[in-house]
Amino acid sequence: MSDIQINIHSKTYPAIGQAGLHTAIADLKLSLKSGEFICLVGPSGCGKTTLLNIIANLDTDYDGEIRVGQQQSHPKIGYIFQNPRLLPWRTVRENIELVLGSDQSPTVIDPLLEVMQLTQSQHVYPERLSLGMSRRVSIIRAFAVDPEILLMDEPFVSLDAPTARQVRELLLKLWQERPHTVLFVTHDLREAIALADRLIFLSAAPMTVISEITVPVPRAERNDEKAIEAFRQQLINDYPEIKQLL
Amino acid sequence: MPALSLLVFLAVWQGLAVYLNNNTLPAPETVAKVFWQACVTGQLPFHLGVTLLRLVVSFSIAMLLGCAIGIVLGRNKKLDAFFDNWLVIFLNVPALVTIILCYVWFGLIESAAIVAVVINKLPNVIVTIREGTRTLDQDLLDMARCFNFSRRKTLVHVIWPQLHPFVMGATRSGLALIWKIILVVELLGRSNGMGYQLHLFFQLFDVASILAYTIAFVAVIQLIELLILKPLDKKSLRWRR
Repeated sequence: MSDIQINIHSKTYPAIGQAGLHTAIADLKLSLKSGEFICLVGPSGCGKTTLLNIIANLDTDYDGEIRVGQQQSHPKIGYIFQNPRLLPWRTVRENIELVLGSDQSPTVIDPLLEVMQLTQSQHVYPERLSLGMSRRVSIIRAFAVDPEILLMDEPFVSLDAPTARQVRELLLKLWQERPHTVLFVTHDLREAIALADRLIFLSAAPMTVISEITVPVPRAERNDEKAIEAFRQQLINDYPEIKQLL
Repeated sequence: MPALSLLVFLAVWQGLAVYLNNNTLPAPETVAKVFWQACVTGQLPFHLGVTLLRLVVSFSIAMLLGCAIGIVLGRNKKLDAFFDNWLVIFLNVPALVTIILCYVWFGLIESAAIVAVVINKLPNVIVTIREGTRTLDQDLLDMARCFNFSRRKTLVHVIWPQLHPFVMGATRSGLALIWKIILVVELLGRSNGMGYQLHLFFQLFDVASILAYTIAFVAVIQLIELLILKPLDKKSLRWRR
């Protein structure tokens, strides 16, 4: 397992045409403990997706460094993108099987499909799925690789409330069974409180950390709407700057 | 409907032939007889076979090389900028010039004929596949990278399906182009094949034979389209709604 040190001095997008130089991230320091569940909360367009892409090593054009523990090799990453990014010419099942390592048996997918209610649709091509279903497939895909770091970019948007609750429970169950570091982007504060060990509030672009708050609500009480609402009110009263972000 | 349009075509041909009553436009019936004769003597199948073999060999080489180079140029901006001018030059050298030069440099041999066809076709394939590679979906490529797809896996499952329409386009336009060039190649420097035969009939002023060979030609291309290309299209597009 591995701690992650993130230290980004700056990330800028070059000026193109009418759009000027855009500084997406400035002086962002974060340290994530191995196995920690972190929620990133910030206004839309502030650069959260950019940060996830940098951590996933998809974007290497930035000034700064990311250190993952002592290990040299890149950690195994599961990434749930904002849009599902399924291969339209492969069936649901093929899409998931493709990401499995050679040491993994394809049967690990079956229980995941079952929980996500996709067993019926496993041989269907993604174009026939609704957005909510595609999203669930992309969630299974990320879970199936047994990631060391799980990156989730607003994964529950466009899921109906009961499904979202189910997926959330599944996520917590998998995370408790086999701890891995989770970085979860959302702008739903209630959702963040229900899931996270630690909340990290981010400013509008250029993005930087406003405050880091450990969620004191015990895991056992996370299902209790009242406890979550109470902590949310307390947060907004104690940190007026957070209110502006939401 | 296609049968009807074909019938109308034959009727117009017959009518013109009767009206002109001239050796330069034989009636469909005459052409059919010549066609049958040529088939029975084995002349037509032999020359058609020779030409088809040349077609398959040069087409395969051109497509394989063209796809590989096209993907590399589409993915690599620097190489693309460097070789872009070369492509424009090769695209614009007339087919006849390449054919003559190949025969002059390598002699009147089989490999010179194949090389000449490949050089004529290659730039087209490269340009088409390069355009296709430029339109690849970066989101999907990122996904593949993030989930540690191997190079082979990325090519087979992410890149190739996106290039498929471009490859099919290059295949169709390529077949049509190679057919035409291969005849000139045979006419200029080979002693068998359709091009050689057509040249012979031209000198004998044997229009019926020319038309008979042409029909055989068109029929073969139609068969390739129906039996190979259409099913391929269908199979690889079944994921579409």
